[in-house]
Amino acid sequence: MNIAGFDSNLLLCLASCVLVTQLPKVLPITFLRGDHLPALLRKWLDFIPVAVMAALVGPDIFIYEGRLNVSTSNLFLLVSIPTLVAAWIFRNYFVTIAVGIGLVIAARFFGIA
Amino acid sequence: MALASWAEGFRRALPITLGYVTVGFAFGVLAVKNNIPPSLCVAMALLMFSGSGQFVFAALWGAGASLLSLTAAVGIVNLRYLLMSAAESPWLTPFSRFKRFLLGLGLTDETFAVHITSMQAGEPPNLAVMFVCNCSTHIAWISGCAIGAYFGGLVDDVRPLGLDFAITAMFLALLVPQCSSRLHFLVAIFTLCLSVALKCQGMSQWNIALATIAGATLGLLCSLHKKPAKIAVDEDEIP
Repeated sequence: MNIAGFDSNLLLCLASCVLVTQLPKVLPITFLRGDHLPALLRKWLDFIPVAVMAALVGPDIFIYEGRLNVSTSNLFLLVSIPTLVAAWIFRNYFVTIAVGIGLVIAARFFGIA
Repeated sequence: MALASWAEGFRRALPITLGYVTVGFAFGVLAVKNNIPPSLCVAMALLMFSGSGQFVFAALWGAGASLLSLTAAVGIVNLRYLLMSAAESPWLTPFSRFKRFLLGLGLTDETFAVHITSMQAGEPPNLAVMFVCNCSTHIAWISGCAIGAYFGGLVDDVRPLGLDFAITAMFLALLVPQCSSRLHFLVAIFTLCLSVALKCQGMSQWNIALATIAGATLGLLCSLHKKPAKIAVDEDEIP
C-alpha cells in the first residue's frame, strides 16, 4: 500500500522509530526533578558522562573497517595515541581535534595506512 | 552579550558539524542503497536526529526486517539517551519544563558531551549557547544526509579530508578532562574495554548502554567503598 507515493510500511517504521528515538531523549530531561533526586542516584549519574564517552569512543578506535583491529594497520588506533597526548598536553578542544584530523590527513596522504 | 552566546554556541558546534556532514553524507548514500527514498532520508534526519539509530534503521530496512524487530533494534540503540538525558537533568533545574523539552530534542552523543563538559567545568548552563549549538549541529546533520541521499553518486570519496575522524577526535579531547581522578580514569578504561568486548561479541546494539551502566555502577561502588576506608586510615594516623 502507498501513502503519498511512499511505502506505507516504511512510513510506519519511520514513525515508530521517531518515537523510540525522541522519547528517551526527551522524557528524563523534561520530567526528572534533577535537584530532588536521591543522593545515591545523583552520584551514579555523575559517572555517566565519563562512562558514556568511553563507551562511544572505544569501538570507534578499536573496531576498524568492521573488525577488531589492535595493530598498526588500524589508522584510527594509531592516530588516537598522539591525539590523546595532545589532549593531555594542550587541554584544548580545538587543538586536539586539529591534531587528530591533521594526522589522519597526513597518514593517508603519505600512504601510511 | 547575545553575540557572545552565539559565538560560543558555534564554537562548541564546529567540530561536531564537520563530523556530522561527513557521517550524514555516508548515511544518505547507504540509506538510498537500502531502498529508502531520498526525501524520507531527509525526514529521518530532521525527526530522528540520531546517527546510530538511523544507520540501524537503514541496514534493517534493507534486510527486510519487520516493524517490530526494527523498532526494537532502534529502541535498544537509543537506550543510552535515557542515561544522558537523566545525567543532564540536575544541571538544568533553573529552566522551565518546556525549555528542557526543547533541549532534549537536540540531545545527541556529541551535544551531550560538549554541554556536560562545560557545566562540569563550572560554567553556568546558558540556554542560548545550547540552543545555537544544538540547532547548528542539527542543520549540519540534515544537510549531510540530504547531500548524501540526493548527490551521493557525484562525490566519490570524502576520506582524504580526514573528517571521518572528527567525532572520534572530539570524544578523545573531551574524555581526557573527564578523567579528573584515578577512579574516573578506571571507569573510563573499564567502560571502553567492555563496550569494545560487547560489540565484538555481536551485541552491537546493546554495547553502549550496557557498558555505560556497568561503568557508572563500578564508579559508584568504588566511591562508596573508598570513603569509609579513607576515614578509617585517617583515624589510624591520629596519634
